[in-house]
Amino acid sequence: MQNSQSQGVSVRRISVASNPIIAFWQTVVGKKIVMAVTGLVLIGFVIGHVAGNLKIFIGPEAINAYSRFLREVGQPELEYEQVLWIVRSVLLACVALHVTAAVQLSKLSLGARPVDYKEKKNLATNMSAMTMRIGGLFLFGYIVFHVLHLTLGKVGYDPGEFHHLSVYQNVVNAFHHQPIAIFYIIAMGALFLHLDHGIWSMLQTLGFSNRKNQATLKGIGRLIAFLIFAGFISVPVAVMTGVIH
Amino acid sequence: MKFALKVWRQHDANAAGSFVDYEIDGITADMSFLEMIDALNEKLLLKGEDPITFEHDCREGICGSCGFLINGLAHGGQKATTVCQLAMRFFKDGDTIVLEPWRAAAFPIVRDLMVDRSAFDRIIQSGGYISVPTGGAPEASAILVGKDKADVAFDAAACIGCGACVAACPNTSAMLFTAAKMTHLNSLPQGQPQRDARTLGMITTMEQEGFGNCTNHGECEMVCPKEIPLEFIGKMNRDLIRAAMNGQTEANVRVDANGKMVD
Repeated sequence: MQNSQSQGVSVRRISVASNPIIAFWQTVVGKKIVMAVTGLVLIGFVIGHVAGNLKIFIGPEAINAYSRFLREVGQPELEYEQVLWIVRSVLLACVALHVTAAVQLSKLSLGARPVDYKEKKNLATNMSAMTMRIGGLFLFGYIVFHVLHLTLGKVGYDPGEFHHLSVYQNVVNAFHHQPIAIFYIIAMGALFLHLDHGIWSMLQTLGFSNRKNQATLKGIGRLIAFLIFAGFISVPVAVMTGVIH
Repeated sequence: MKFALKVWRQHDANAAGSFVDYEIDGITADMSFLEMIDALNEKLLLKGEDPITFEHDCREGICGSCGFLINGLAHGGQKATTVCQLAMRFFKDGDTIVLEPWRAAAFPIVRDLMVDRSAFDRIIQSGGYISVPTGGAPEASAILVGKDKADVAFDAAACIGCGACVAACPNTSAMLFTAAKMTHLNSLPQGQPQRDARTLGMITTMEQEGFGNCTNHGECEMVCPKEIPLEFIGKMNRDLIRAAMNGQTEANVRVDANGKMVD
């Protein structure tokens, strides 16, 4: 890796992998592009998720019907929950690739400056960009909790509070536990930071950002991240303030 | 003008380094930063001490030899300026100025403020060239290059390889440098025959040299004395997708004595 080890090492033309997909994935840039594409899929999912959540403000029947729709869509040609499990599989694969690439790339970056600066100033970066790794780790933990909580009802409920497919009542009961509601709001703050940098970063990595549109794209990314944040926290806030009961 | 300096002194790559305080008087506002260190070094030599080692050559901002962190900013933080072109008028009389070398595993310290940037040379070796027939100079209009392509290639070719992008990057990534070199040749007709091999080779070699991975902080763009934009990194990424689509698996990379690829 370092120059001290460069004795006997030369640059030569060889086959770096048996096929181009492996060659692509082996490179740092290939992994970075995988992070951008899987990130794009996950941003799409999050936007769909927040849109679905807002149905709770129409009333119990609207959100419960939406929950049944997600399971029954495609019937009778497709099985019950078939589309749902296809979507879940794609999302799980995206998370797995996103996290694998992030871990491998972070290892490189964290080892690339063994002696740190005593004095270093930054001119362009911000809190969102600086917290991508730690914030991503936190969001991963949050997602595990969230699935165990609102999807499966295994944690965070008093006995008898959770009933499968009674989405409206499950949400109201969930956020009556104030520490849990606050935890969700904090997690959505972390999601805002992750997306604030992530949306523009995805566009930059995929080559859509340039000198002229960089500031505009960063602004749009931040706006989308904020709308997602506001949409998500509106539900626990509405339950805590009694708007939804 | 009078300044207090805190300078990183390190005898060689393996020695422990530390900051040493110096005072320098009689500096004029139109002296360059390197001339200020020259003046200090003369003083040190007269006292029988080791002068501060720093790299320099053209002192016109075009060779890419000089560069270190001044008060935490690569090249001192003036827009499109190398250390040699940085005038002392940007500092206030009596200022304390901290000087620190580029810090990266891939850039071992040679001495004091001078680092070994051979890692950049090996990235260039893996793809920073074109194959051309030897012989007389070709007819100027034999290969037509569109104005738009020529402009992009010229902007990218402005990179002087000083290493400020790596130094400023929170990830210690060399992507701005590599992207500039790649964009230069990949934009031109002369660069097309080796395009995909160049892309795969330079990116792979960059990682082999021990640079980190870019997370789009944008620090590199801010300190680049040649104002290389981040968008070239996006072009490099698209070129890698192109290489994969074209089935590229062969590339110039670092191999050991047995011909095996180095991690």
